[in-house]
Amino acid sequence: MTATWVRRFDATATPDEPEWLRPVRRAAIDRFAGTGFPAPRDEEWRFTPVAAITQAEFEPARPGSRVSRDAIAPFVFGHAEWPLLVFIDGRFDASLSMVPALPGGARAGSLAEAITAGDATLARHLGHHAPVESSGFTALNTAFIQDGAFVHVPAGVELAMPVHLVFVSSGETEGTVAQPRNLIVIEAAARASVVESYVTLAPGRRYFTNAVTEVVSGEGAWTEHTRIQRESDSAYHIGLTHVEQAAGSHYRSFTLAMGGAIARHNLHVRLNAPRIETLLYGLYLTRGDQLVDNHTAIHHDHPDCNSWEVYKGVMAGESRAVFNGKVLVRPEAQKTDAKQTNRNLLLSDGARVHTKPQLEIFADDVKCTHGATVGRLDDVALFYLRSRGIDAATARVLLTYAFAAEVVEEVALEPVRLELERLVRERLGAGD
Amino acid sequence: MSSPVETLVNNEYKYGFVTDIDADAAPRGLNDETIRLISAKKGEPDWLLDWRLRAFRGWQKMSEPHSWPNIHYDPIDYQDIIYYSAPRTAKPLGSLDEVDPKLLETYTKLGIPLSEQKVLAGVAVDAIFDSVSVGTSYKARLLEEGIIFCSFGEAVREHPDLVRTYLGSVVPASDNFFAALNAAVFSDGSFVYVPKGVKCPMELSTYFRINAEGTGQFERTLIIADEGASVSYLEGCTAPRRDTNQLHAAVVELVALDRASIKYSTVQNWYAGDENGVGGIYNFVTKRGTAQTGAKISWTQVETGSAITWKYPSVILQGDDSVGEFYSVAVVNGRQQADTGTKMIHMGRNTRSTIVSKGISAGRGQNSYRGQVKVLPRAEGARNYTQCDSMLIGNRCGAHTFPYIDVQNPSASLEHEASTSKIGEDQLFYCKQRGLNTENAISMIVNGFCKEVFKELPMEFAVEAQKLLGISLEGSVG
Repeated sequence: MTATWVRRFDATATPDEPEWLRPVRRAAIDRFAGTGFPAPRDEEWRFTPVAAITQAEFEPARPGSRVSRDAIAPFVFGHAEWPLLVFIDGRFDASLSMVPALPGGARAGSLAEAITAGDATLARHLGHHAPVESSGFTALNTAFIQDGAFVHVPAGVELAMPVHLVFVSSGETEGTVAQPRNLIVIEAAARASVVESYVTLAPGRRYFTNAVTEVVSGEGAWTEHTRIQRESDSAYHIGLTHVEQAAGSHYRSFTLAMGGAIARHNLHVRLNAPRIETLLYGLYLTRGDQLVDNHTAIHHDHPDCNSWEVYKGVMAGESRAVFNGKVLVRPEAQKTDAKQTNRNLLLSDGARVHTKPQLEIFADDVKCTHGATVGRLDDVALFYLRSRGIDAATARVLLTYAFAAEVVEEVALEPVRLELERLVRERLGAGD
Repeated sequence: MSSPVETLVNNEYKYGFVTDIDADAAPRGLNDETIRLISAKKGEPDWLLDWRLRAFRGWQKMSEPHSWPNIHYDPIDYQDIIYYSAPRTAKPLGSLDEVDPKLLETYTKLGIPLSEQKVLAGVAVDAIFDSVSVGTSYKARLLEEGIIFCSFGEAVREHPDLVRTYLGSVVPASDNFFAALNAAVFSDGSFVYVPKGVKCPMELSTYFRINAEGTGQFERTLIIADEGASVSYLEGCTAPRRDTNQLHAAVVELVALDRASIKYSTVQNWYAGDENGVGGIYNFVTKRGTAQTGAKISWTQVETGSAITWKYPSVILQGDDSVGEFYSVAVVNGRQQADTGTKMIHMGRNTRSTIVSKGISAGRGQNSYRGQVKVLPRAEGARNYTQCDSMLIGNRCGAHTFPYIDVQNPSASLEHEASTSKIGEDQLFYCKQRGLNTENAISMIVNGFCKEVFKELPMEFAVEAQKLLGISLEGSVG
């Protein structure tokens, strides 16, 4: 379906497009026209059967879907005064959003509006970090940059409250595609927390979300980035989060993936200077015949950086999970300390997991380890609980929740953590 | 500390001499005629020629795998290789006395005790010189037990039914690019059959050596352990130094029937090329075994040579309660590249596998562990433990880990651990303040790092392994 997209690009009239954006989008569509979507033979996409997405026709979602505030309410959490940006099928909806004045000149708003306003920060960063070479999906998203979230926290500014970005799929018609594009710039010594939620109003609908988020973390900045993916169980979700970190910065990410027929998230972090700290946590919960794929890559290019990664998965039904964690250590990156863990729990006979924890090390004075496990619930622990009078089903849920909750505990911001715990409990059938 | 470490890994290739004997070689290039010539030279039956030709047809449709292995080299010109080269002998050899003395001299230089059996007493050696098996020892003693240990060519002549039953049963001719090439042009190799319930009374050993320039070595080994039988097989490899790259594409098939046990140990020390990456062996090997109910297959490898190593000794755990093991030490230095590991395919219930891989990278060497552990839906209670550790010496080399874990049964239990480290200053300091010099201290630490694998080598082979692992390492082994 590559040709359809190229035609769409040529047909899109963008008279008021700023001069800097045109070449970015042009280069992306050229790249996409040349390479198209990933093929099954592509090592990076071996276990993600994207043919279902790439062989199908998806129409760009039409703007103007009417969504009520009540319909959004179940996806909004935390405090009422948190900045809230709501996007319907990839377009910013001002009437559903709530953006108070942020301190120190910080901004959170629509990307489309910032493009029109000719924002200089945006021009400097948008499309310059997430490489279009990383996959056909990224190239496609970049070629059709239109709207999404733009969060900018100037140097030294601390945001006390997290910014919540809610991407809603209205599901009004079957077979639509939305391609939100987000840019988050946290400048030197600034501090911010951003939550990205991907949700749907039509749980049975087949649609496609192709999201790209660029995160720029300045010197000594502190960023917490939470991503909650709760798409329809029939939907397709492809996401790329690309992070650039400057010296002494701290970036922590938590990814919860529980929706989608086929859902894939690539998280790429570049450590561009010394003394950086990167913490990546993830949890994937799959059921039915879902396939959820998490690919992470941590590029250690400079000395004295630490990265710590823990991803856990619970698979039920006939579902499949894929984990691929790459840690690359360049020759200059001496004194790197990198630890990666991936643990998987299989709940049923039909469930399946592919895990590939991958190390590529070119420096000698480093400490790099990874570990991966796959197994089921511990019989001894189950027996212990049952000997204490807890029935088998409850014991299983308790142990499963305990397994999953361990990684959720790492989320620093309490209201976000509580919401994540609630979502996990709800999914696993554990009561309050 | 770098200088003693470098001497440790920088010792010159000691086995780089060329034996100047008259070779009977096929013309360069590969086509139907080459295959017919090889088959005719070996006096093979029609079915085998057909098998080769079918493999060749398949190979012509395949392409060299360049995308996934973490190795880089210029495409090989398969028409510029001599596919068959045999030392010219007037008549078939009856005993070792008739072997060309120059050949025996070569083996003596290598320390292969073909004529000095006292050195490796109790080891039967089937030496492969280029492509033809030149002599087999201890045959009589083995025959008493009903064990067949002979060259592949001889097995085709003497035991065609066994060969026909099992040839290609583990590694089909269409398995992969290099296996298909081997199936088309394989010249010789070893064949072992151990009958039901027989424990092979001695370690079987073979020695591969590539001699003629521009030749590829395509040997094929087939080992069958019948029900309840057990055998331990040792393989060692060296090659003279030359400037052109030589291709080695071998296939090893192991068949372990019910309750049988096969242990296969390799010390590979082909010429690695010089420090600029000129010359050296391209080693593309397919090794695989099938284990039936209660059977056990154990691979141990010490890989120190070759410009490129591409091999993944694997076990298909077909039968219930079968066991697979893989122990590996891979050393790269200079410009060597190794992409090696294993596959453990769990099909039967309560199957177990263990993987221990130790990679040492020095110079500008690139070392990759690539492994797959797959648990199929029927493999109730499967277990795997994987440990792969890397050690880097200097910061111009690389260590990479690519483990693929694929689990389709919830009762399976898998653990994978990997670490990367260097020789710690504190470890060195501790050893030195106990009166060890730097070199001995490094030896000791490297030995400790590899110990779990070395202890798996049969005692008789440990002597060989020591020699081949290099001068400085010699003192640290065992």
